[in-house]
Amino acid sequence: MDATVQQFPPYRKEDAPHAHDDHGHEHHQPGFWSGYVFSTDHKIIGIQYGFTALCFMLFGLFLMLLMRWQIAHPGMPVPVFGPLLEKILGQPAAKGIISPDLYNSFGAMHGTIMVFLGIVPLAFAAFGNYVVPLMIGAVDMAFPRVNMASYQAYFLGGLVMFISFFIPGGAAQAGWTSYSPLATSIPTHGQLFWIIGMVLLISSSLLGAVNFIATIIQLRAPGMTWLRMPFFVWAQFVTAFILLLAFPPLEAAAIMQLMDNVAHTSFFLPTGLAIGGQLAHISGGGSPLLWQHLFWFLGHPEVYVLILPAMGIVTEIIANNTRKPIWGYKSLVYAVLAVGFLSFIVWAHHMYLTGMGTKISTFFQATTMIISIPSVIILTCLFISLWGGSIRFNTPMLFALAFLPMFGIGGLTGLPLGFNISDVHLHDTYYIIAHFHYVVAPGTIFALFAGIYYWFPKMTGRRMNEFWGRVHFWCSLIFMNLVFMPMFAQGMAGMLRRMADGGANYSAAVNARGGAEVIGGLSDNIMALHVWILWAAVALGIAQIPFIINVFWSIKHGEKVGDNPWHSTTLEWQTPTPPPHGNFTHEIKVYRGPYEYSVPGHATDFTPQNEPPSGSPAPTIATAH
Amino acid sequence: MEIPYTVQARPDTGIYNAKLGIWLFLASEVMLFGGLFSAYILLRVGADQWPHGWLSVPLGTLNTVILAISAITTLLAWAACKVGEFGKFKFFHACTLLCALTFLCVKMYEYHDKWIHYEIKLADGTFADGHLVEKSADFDLAKKTGTVTLHGRIVNDETLLYDLRAQKDIKQDEVTVKAADIVSMENYGPWHNTYLALYFTLTGLHALHILGGSIVIGYLWGPGRKMWKTDPERFTNRIEVSGLFWHFVDLVWIFLFPVLYLT
Repeated sequence: MDATVQQFPPYRKEDAPHAHDDHGHEHHQPGFWSGYVFSTDHKIIGIQYGFTALCFMLFGLFLMLLMRWQIAHPGMPVPVFGPLLEKILGQPAAKGIISPDLYNSFGAMHGTIMVFLGIVPLAFAAFGNYVVPLMIGAVDMAFPRVNMASYQAYFLGGLVMFISFFIPGGAAQAGWTSYSPLATSIPTHGQLFWIIGMVLLISSSLLGAVNFIATIIQLRAPGMTWLRMPFFVWAQFVTAFILLLAFPPLEAAAIMQLMDNVAHTSFFLPTGLAIGGQLAHISGGGSPLLWQHLFWFLGHPEVYVLILPAMGIVTEIIANNTRKPIWGYKSLVYAVLAVGFLSFIVWAHHMYLTGMGTKISTFFQATTMIISIPSVIILTCLFISLWGGSIRFNTPMLFALAFLPMFGIGGLTGLPLGFNISDVHLHDTYYIIAHFHYVVAPGTIFALFAGIYYWFPKMTGRRMNEFWGRVHFWCSLIFMNLVFMPMFAQGMAGMLRRMADGGANYSAAVNARGGAEVIGGLSDNIMALHVWILWAAVALGIAQIPFIINVFWSIKHGEKVGDNPWHSTTLEWQTPTPPPHGNFTHEIKVYRGPYEYSVPGHATDFTPQNEPPSGSPAPTIATAH
Repeated sequence: MEIPYTVQARPDTGIYNAKLGIWLFLASEVMLFGGLFSAYILLRVGADQWPHGWLSVPLGTLNTVILAISAITTLLAWAACKVGEFGKFKFFHACTLLCALTFLCVKMYEYHDKWIHYEIKLADGTFADGHLVEKSADFDLAKKTGTVTLHGRIVNDETLLYDLRAQKDIKQDEVTVKAADIVSMENYGPWHNTYLALYFTLTGLHALHILGGSIVIGYLWGPGRKMWKTDPERFTNRIEVSGLFWHFVDLVWIFLFPVLYLT
């Protein structure tokens, strides 16, 4: 061995090309791992979130289709996927039939996946990450490495949830709400996985929320005052606060349920609890109501976490495609702040039937009615914004327009649930399933589709195919309504949710044959709607295929467009496509509000936020590309 | 690319990024412990009987004083950085670290004390209660063989075991009971009753925060102090931010001490 060999360590790829990368050279190309997997760039992290969340949503949809089959045809083997299910899951799916236990577990995981792994990461983390720093003229998020950690915690949480399907006994079965003592009494480990997954997801949301708030407060470009921020940024700002303050109590509850599970404490287990006819060997003294309070303290604000980013997306798209300013921008801002605050004091309207007392019910009934006021203000502002606009009906706009009545139906059908008298009849029926799905499925998810079609050109430089976009839109709109509209009727007829056989035991037909003694069983017409919903749901699933193909096809073959294809005013369009590391090629200074469309006397019908006022000398920095 | 306001405060908000970040994080921590404290209130209000005097007030007071001192030394360490006296910083931060570790040691001792504390329900309806001295070699509860010796007492009424503060001069002795006479035997772990469940959960989560804080402080005192040479202002900020977290952890203890030890 001679000395010269030892002086030169073996060549490592990461050493060579950019030994001085802390000096801010933007020209080096990071490798695959550092560029796409362990990236700290907010745009890459946004895309990571979006892709993972869409995969989980597809998985959640698939679980739902299996459940709908079981509801419509209880005890019949699942067509096509039956043998596969039996092979993967074994006994719970014997002969391809979904057992009641498996149905419970699919139900619990459908909710968990759609809310915590699908929509929140897509609406808040994906769009927020990609769009918010660009919209406020920031170079990145305030804490890029925290941002990466929050995605990794989310991914890990998702992985734990996914793996729980394949452990003995399967995934959690106690519903997405995981009410104790049921959640603690089921003798499988699914619930343990659920809790651990939730703790990871909550940590991810907390890191994300801190990062978003800090970014919006600290990294706004010069001139980007609070009331010049696009409404989408406001919506994300309030959402981040809700996540920051509402999630920790659920984390506390999850810790206590973990203790109940692992250390055999009795936080949520009452004295005298009997499991399977046996008096449980526990110290007792716990309170099942405590879990519900802590859960819904998160659970209800969570609804606004789902809906506010969607409202933000819709606002941007409506302003852009009506070519006029949003009507009542300030009202929108104050309304969203009011919604954020009020969302913390309505939680117990989920608990009218728990016997917590009429005085408490009355209080929460009052706050629930009050929160509908700012919600209606937001929706009204958006409706009035359409008035007199020269509307461009492109795919993002179609989805945004459909959001308004769909969310409207979801919101208005919530009123009978908010009054504790009418809630007594409707509680835990299919009516409430229809209600919150109208808010979240044709509501929020349509807004998310709108956002994907709208910002896709910024991410890729290409537009998604318009024809297939319209096919996706119309099919989704029709089948979405065919799935959820009948559920209102079923719920009002008294069909309870969470029954593995779709209420077959309570049907009038079964009663007539000498089945269970039920006064006023479910009529044949109501029961027949299950089959109707099943095929509408299958069609809804098929309607997503054009979308999936469109996304992948358009990355390579979509129509090429410039930096600002929608002629928008906000800052994310005033930078090259896709935006480089550091986002802007020149220094950004903001001179005007976010929605200056069709300003009289201006050469174009849109005035970008960073365009200096006419008459003032053009600043040299703005042209220094 | 450089992210602005990582070191200097933004003029219109008057704060730098990390300081805002830690305040937001602490807000979420308030809600986390708030959720647990509200659980404490709800469960205590609904409880049939609540233990008094189960924990050692002198040890709790000792730990309170230790954390109070560590809060002062954290502040002095930051002040030393501010005026550029790195030697003093090293000394004060070493004190903080030492306090944190002492706190954890005292806590471990207290946990161990509960772990070896047994309540045994006897066949004649009385209760043996005390700290484990020894189990005989052939002790087996299931097979009903052997004996167990506690340092404690035998009471006729289980409620006597709840309120220790009201009873003066409790006589403790070596008590030996036969396994054959034992109906049930349980140590004072989190499963024993709601009070201990809350005690272990609340102080356990708090101890995890102490541990996490110690790791950060240890890092800044050890390998992390290199930054003092390259970017002293940013290093001072790090001491401030970690100090804010430390003060919050101290504050939580200020609530835990009366709630668990004194009431």
